[in-house]
Amino acid sequence: MLEIKNLHAHVGDDETEILRGVNLTVKPGEVHAIMGPNGSGKSTLSYILAGKDDYEVTEGDILFNGESMLEMEPDERAAAGLFLAFQYPIEIPGVATMTFLKTALNAQRKARGEGELSTPEFMKKVKEKAAELNITMDMLKRPLNVGFSGGEKKRSEILQMSLLEPKLCIMDETDSGLDIDALKIVADGVNRLRSPDRAMVVITHYQRLLDHIVPDVVHVLSRGRIVKTGGKELALELEKNGYADYVGQAA
Amino acid sequence: MNMETRSLKTSAETELASLFDGARGDFAGSDAVRKRREEAFSAFDKRGLPHRRVEEYKYSDIRAKLKSASALVAAGTDGDAKAALDAVATYGDLERYRIVIDNGRLVTGLSDIGALKGEGVTVSDLNAALGETDGLLDVSTIAAADPMIMLNTALVLGGAVVRVGDGVEVSRPIEIVYTASATGARYTRCRIELGKGAKATILESFEDDVAEAEGNAVSDFVIGDEAKLTLARVVTGEATHVSSVLMDIGASAEVKAIGFNMGTDFARTQSFVTFSGEHSNASLYGITMVREKQHSDHTLVVDHKVPNCESRERFKAVIDDFAEGVFQGKIIVRPHAQKTDGRMMTQALLLSEDASMANKPELEIFADDVQCAHGATSGQIDEDLLFYLRARGIPEAQARMLLVLAFLAEAVEEMEDEGIVSALEGRIRDWLSVEE
Amino acid sequence: MPAVQETIDRVRSIDVDQYKYGFVTEIESDKAPKGLNEDVIRFISEKKGEPEWMLEWRLEAYRRWLTMTEPTWARVSYPKIEFNELYYYSAPKNTPGPKSLDEVDPELLETYEKLGIPLREQEILAGVAPENRVAVDAVFDSVSVVTTFKEELKKAGVIFCSISEALREYPDLVRKYLGSVVPVSDNFYATLNSAVFSDGSFVYVPEGVRCPMELSTYFRINEQNTGQFERTLIIADKGAYVSYLEGCTAPQRDENQLHAAVVELIAHDDAEIKYSTVQNWYPGDKNGKGGIYNFVTKRGDCRGKNSKISWTQVETGSAITWKYPSCILRGDNSRGEFYSIAVSNGHQQIDSGTKMIHLGKNTSSRIISKGISAGKSENTYRGLVSAHRKATNARNFTQCDSLLIGQDCGAHTVPYMESKNSTAVFEHEATTSKISDDQMFYCQQRGLSEEEAVALIVNGFVKDVIQQLPMEFAVEAQKLISISLEGSVG
Repeated sequence: MLEIKNLHAHVGDDETEILRGVNLTVKPGEVHAIMGPNGSGKSTLSYILAGKDDYEVTEGDILFNGESMLEMEPDERAAAGLFLAFQYPIEIPGVATMTFLKTALNAQRKARGEGELSTPEFMKKVKEKAAELNITMDMLKRPLNVGFSGGEKKRSEILQMSLLEPKLCIMDETDSGLDIDALKIVADGVNRLRSPDRAMVVITHYQRLLDHIVPDVVHVLSRGRIVKTGGKELALELEKNGYADYVGQAA
Repeated sequence: MNMETRSLKTSAETELASLFDGARGDFAGSDAVRKRREEAFSAFDKRGLPHRRVEEYKYSDIRAKLKSASALVAAGTDGDAKAALDAVATYGDLERYRIVIDNGRLVTGLSDIGALKGEGVTVSDLNAALGETDGLLDVSTIAAADPMIMLNTALVLGGAVVRVGDGVEVSRPIEIVYTASATGARYTRCRIELGKGAKATILESFEDDVAEAEGNAVSDFVIGDEAKLTLARVVTGEATHVSSVLMDIGASAEVKAIGFNMGTDFARTQSFVTFSGEHSNASLYGITMVREKQHSDHTLVVDHKVPNCESRERFKAVIDDFAEGVFQGKIIVRPHAQKTDGRMMTQALLLSEDASMANKPELEIFADDVQCAHGATSGQIDEDLLFYLRARGIPEAQARMLLVLAFLAEAVEEMEDEGIVSALEGRIRDWLSVEE
Repeated sequence: MPAVQETIDRVRSIDVDQYKYGFVTEIESDKAPKGLNEDVIRFISEKKGEPEWMLEWRLEAYRRWLTMTEPTWARVSYPKIEFNELYYYSAPKNTPGPKSLDEVDPELLETYEKLGIPLREQEILAGVAPENRVAVDAVFDSVSVVTTFKEELKKAGVIFCSISEALREYPDLVRKYLGSVVPVSDNFYATLNSAVFSDGSFVYVPEGVRCPMELSTYFRINEQNTGQFERTLIIADKGAYVSYLEGCTAPQRDENQLHAAVVELIAHDDAEIKYSTVQNWYPGDKNGKGGIYNFVTKRGDCRGKNSKISWTQVETGSAITWKYPSCILRGDNSRGEFYSIAVSNGHQQIDSGTKMIHLGKNTSSRIISKGISAGKSENTYRGLVSAHRKATNARNFTQCDSLLIGQDCGAHTVPYMESKNSTAVFEHEATTSKISDDQMFYCQQRGLSEEEAVALIVNGFVKDVIQQLPMEFAVEAQKLISISLEGSVG
């Protein structure tokens, strides 16, 4: 589903390479975890996948279902089925969460040539998904992410993910800022979305999220390269020994 | 309607014209400087004294206020100047250097010129400098359009040129004290230059109160790259006083400035601040304290000409009796001055029924990637707070004073330097305790 | 589906460049000779069969106007207007005055249909529940062509008709109030309007009556080189309530057309007037050619105690807008409100805002202004809040926010706050910002295109004001804003 080939990239005018030849293949149904120390390029990778303007790819390619995504706009990637759960979800004053959800869903459906959902159909769907994530209707009436707590923001991201039903979910530090109860709600939400035709990439610094979202494959990203790949036991090993062993390898 | 030709002159305007005619032979300066003065006066003469139909002077009608123009003050003796200076106690025993300007002229004998030279600061007489340097009276386009600055350029009697050398950090504040040992109109001008990486604290004290004669002062600051200026000014007294602060700020520089209009009969302090280099920031504060029929006007134009600069403006006014306060502030963000961050706040506390305040905080923005905001409030002392203090046993008058002090302290304390903050707060207390 | 919504869709389907209302209706018209002099004013007055005092009023205004000069303080620039090159009166030929619907020129009806005005009462009745009905006065160039629901309003005691008709039918009422809020010599454009105003709406809601439906006027400029000078006068007597909507369109023309209206509102004790405008005059083309010059004086007088006047405006059209709907808060406990959205794109210039003049005790006012500048436009908020000596406990809250889209536009804020009473409390906040790249990226990541993302964020930005509009207008306004901003990104 996702193939990253020898990806090199830097931020804007700064010539320093942040990604220095990333290779990664994710097949449908798989959950991959990307772990790494701060500054290893984890968030950069997620932004580049989603198509953020500030980053420049200098070499390599990203294939999504066999086609290169590099020239696609962020909204085209979203409509194609790529979803990024942001580490820091953005606040949009004055736009009710509900309005935003409906606008996004219908924009994607339209781009895919599907009909728009009617309001009752949409409402039914939202209510169902929101209940699973402990999100109240009151919260959905508030402006998107404005004044939301850390946990509320992350739950709102997962709600969007379950509503938009993407093919590939990228979760950037979804566990940051969550207490254990909130973490469980979020992880349950993610697990419900696991399916044989959907892939997930979970980016995290800590192993604890992976107790709840159990990955098939774990990668260690360090200084812009994947330096080790293994099974879920790799995460436990990292938790015990830290990243020190890998930081040296990448140099 | 033609603004350029006005057939009817007020008597003050006619007097100013004959003042200029009479004095032009005595003016110091090179031919270029003399030409500059002639141009400035003829530009002023075309416009006349600013009045309420001139947008910038909407709330401070100088033409109506100035019934007649006083004769220019004559130079005094050093002895008279010494006597005038001894009567001044603005900053108590704060350790500082002094530059004394009496009757509009630099008094070298009373100024710490030698000690300053040892620190890397040169001080020269403006009149001497005007003979050597042609461009000293030039100002920015916005400032040049101001009729009171035109008048100053035309009639300036003297002042000082202070140059802080590159990399020099002056160990003590430098106080420029303006005194008056005789009556007559004072047109003074100081040019203060901070070299690259220089660091200085300047205090300007206008103690030249002559009730029957007007004052017009220009303080022209040129702040070099990476330089740091701290500035505190106090304007006080019964004269009609217009003072203009011009500031040109280089790159990566830092400015912190506060201006007091305190118990002034009619004072306008106008600042024209220009960002000419990137990554600089300026924090500009202003205080108005007026009572009886006094009038105080703080007018400010901050011109963000280049990207990546930050400005903070905070103005406070305390107005009692029949007094009037005016604040006009304008933040301009020029095209391409992206990433500008400008925030302006003006607050007024009206202590009596007949006090009045006019606030006009403007934004003029031509670049899109900016963050600008302004806020304005006016109102009375918060009755709940007052009640709370009184319930704790503080008498009403004292409670009011405390609250006023707290209101003003928000701006004053931003100056950080303890000696200066306590000296300024001392003056606020003095002013407040006069109240019944 | 609300009738207005339906007609918006219909209008949207008429594809005329960016501006959706730029069609011309071919109707023979009856014009006054070009230019302005006392004879033209006599012609207008005679055409309308006005009483003698009205003619005198006009002539006096004209003589005053000759001595006045155009104001220059606003941040707008335009070539000098040749007032003698304009026509001051134009009426569709077959329509000397308001008639019943059956007699109205079918071409005209078709025009209004294109504009989305539900003139045919039966259509409205078929599609809209009774409480949502809107009575409409339609003004075409200089004259009112038809007013709907008149009979039903009459039963409630409400007078709603064209001002020409009011001058004939209710001269005493008109004489009592006309010019009492905006004096004849108030300003250059208002004085011109006083001399030559051709038509407009008149509303009188008697004591204790709550007007049973929304009242609405649609103004359309059709004729070339024709100034439109309408005059609206609304009086809410003691305890009365009325909500009034105003919509405007004009055909696309290369030349600039002049529109100088005067609106006067009077609210007596305990009365309330809500006045909403969606202004969509032709803004000119991409290069700034053509478009309407919109110089309007709107003022409300809260004459009685506990009275309330609320202005809501959505300004998306006109090449130049010069407009400051104001409130004079004369009665004790009276309240004034101003809610505004001003969108400028292309080469449009907007200088708009309000005045809240606090005279009475315990008066309060609220100003919410949202300016959006895009393209090469200039957008200025200019407002005055003043408390006079006797305005004890006056309160004002002002918020003006500007949003910039693109690098070539300007957003300016010029507020004046004058407090002459220490018990007055004024609060003012203003911000200027742009749509952040992060917000755009977030929306795009969720599948919205750039334009959809801008529309969504802008609608969030203006929400506080949109909420003040009557429901049907709100939908129309949101769409208009999106249309106005088309082509502003990318």
